Amino acid sequence: MASGFSEHADQIDVGYVAHLARLQLSEEERAAMQAQLEQILAYVDQLKEVDVSDVTPTAHAVPVANVLRPDEARPGLDTADVMRNAPRQRDDQFLVPKIVE
Amino acid sequence: MGNLHLETIESLQAKLREGACSSVEVVQDLLGAMEAVDGQVGAYLSVDAETALAEAAEADRRRADGKAGALNGVPVAIKDVLNVKGQPCTCGSKILEGFVSPYDATVVKRLREAGAVLLGRVNMDEFAMGSSTENSAFRTTRNPWDLSRVPGGSSGGSAAAVAAREAIASLGSDTGGSVRQPAAFCGCVGLKPSYGRVSRYGLTAYASSLDQVGPVTRTVSDAAALLQVLAGADPMDSTSVDAPVPDYREEIKLGMEGLTLGLPAEYFVEGTDPEVDAAVRAAVAQCEALGATVREVSLPHTPYAIAAYYIIATAEASANLARFDGVRYGRRVEGQDPIEMYGRTRAEGFGPEVKRRIVLGTYVLSSGYYDAYYLRAQKVRTLIRDDFAAAFGDCHALIAPVSPTVAYGVGEKTGDPLQMYLGDIFTVTANLAGLCGVALPCGFTAGGLPIGMQVLGPAFAEEQILRVAHAYEEATDWHTRRPALVEETVSSRQEG
Repeated sequence: MASGFSEHADQIDVGYVAHLARLQLSEEERAAMQAQLEQILAYVDQLKEVDVSDVTPTAHAVPVANVLRPDEARPGLDTADVMRNAPRQRDDQFLVPKIVE
Repeated sequence: MGNLHLETIESLQAKLREGACSSVEVVQDLLGAMEAVDGQVGAYLSVDAETALAEAAEADRRRADGKAGALNGVPVAIKDVLNVKGQPCTCGSKILEGFVSPYDATVVKRLREAGAVLLGRVNMDEFAMGSSTENSAFRTTRNPWDLSRVPGGSSGGSAAAVAAREAIASLGSDTGGSVRQPAAFCGCVGLKPSYGRVSRYGLTAYASSLDQVGPVTRTVSDAAALLQVLAGADPMDSTSVDAPVPDYREEIKLGMEGLTLGLPAEYFVEGTDPEVDAAVRAAVAQCEALGATVREVSLPHTPYAIAAYYIIATAEASANLARFDGVRYGRRVEGQDPIEMYGRTRAEGFGPEVKRRIVLGTYVLSSGYYDAYYLRAQKVRTLIRDDFAAAFGDCHALIAPVSPTVAYGVGEKTGDPLQMYLGDIFTVTANLAGLCGVALPCGFTAGGLPIGMQVLGPAFAEEQILRVAHAYEEATDWHTRRPALVEETVSSRQEG
């Protein structure tokens, strides 16, 4: 069945999308995922059969919006409890590789 | 040493109240049961016996002081996706190996306030992505009814522990059936509360518009007892809803009389295991005999639910899992610059299914594809919700199978992700529509594997579905059966 969707499915560039997601893939992983995702995308293609022309999208099931609380200072998590999980740290700050030369 | 690990919450509370046993003895029996069977079942990832015994002793002291809470001294196992201060929370992933939670999830806090004892942390599919618990980075959990089979997932550890009598009850999380399906595969009761009913603060997010925390128990009254403690608005979760919390333990006793149950035609279709179909139909007949009126209803957009679900869930997952970047917590693999560090960290830290879903989710949200996939899926989600709204105009609850199959063999479906996804067809709809649903045992196959049915209800009608489930359970004895592995343990322990 020719459709814009199956063209999309053929077009998925797993290497490029993985880069967007900051995920390094080995060549074997990329190839396996390419085949699996093409199969999954071909399956979800069936959504194209549904007439959604006058349908409002549902972002989540309970229509709750603009939940506010008083803007008051309150204690956060304990610094020591948080920093014990840091892969690298110095003086309660997270250390990362140099970003700007 | 007694057989206190065989008790339910309800029967245990009676014993604790009467002073027939202490909470410490209960925890000791459960630790003994773990020692006897968990080498075969593999439900637990970590057990802090010392802390559990100390909490139990504390609960016994509170009782002596006349300060016993609603779940005083009752041990509950926790899915490894919920934060318990000072304990690991791996989410079944190598990327969180060694992580120590800096705070308690709200559901954990509520359990503590009710006096419950936190027993240990149970296995799951990595970041709750999976339907068999085979995606755990740490161990394979096996179905206590047949050790060659999966326990279901993603809360496979939660269900296996309860079925194997290594836990009285447990907490799981349900994003597309992850509490109900393993409960069905293991012959337990599994409740997915309505979206907004239970706080998710401290639940590691998978798909935020779908995730809910829910209990796995042996009986429907036990599920009601846990929901009673877990339900209610939480200032720490702005998606929790401030709706009144009924007295579930009383409401569920009202019986089947006067209720109208709907049978969705699209859930009784070819492709379902004939033994599952027959058992659920027999359960419906029994509900009718107990006084319910049964009518057929239609949910015409059901065939599109899996496609919509796997677009929406992966899209949300790709955003939620961006936080695992090796900067603030979890594993880090160093790189020349942050981009390389992120890429390497995530390559090494995540397993294949999580990577697959991150890539799929990133793709359906990416420029040029958003409207075609994500937006369209959200519109189909509206149609699925509308189907349910129409059906609930005519009936109080719907009855359906939980899964088209019973528990399958370990390794049977791991090579084919799409086949694995298709098994979620009867459960994802409740999450997409924000409904509540409860899975409960309704029979066994000729080969002795549990079969589950689910009762689905409108949002915030947990008392209604639990009422149906309780009335059915009272009239049947499926929930009293135990896996052979447990029987062996009981007799050997008595002899010892």
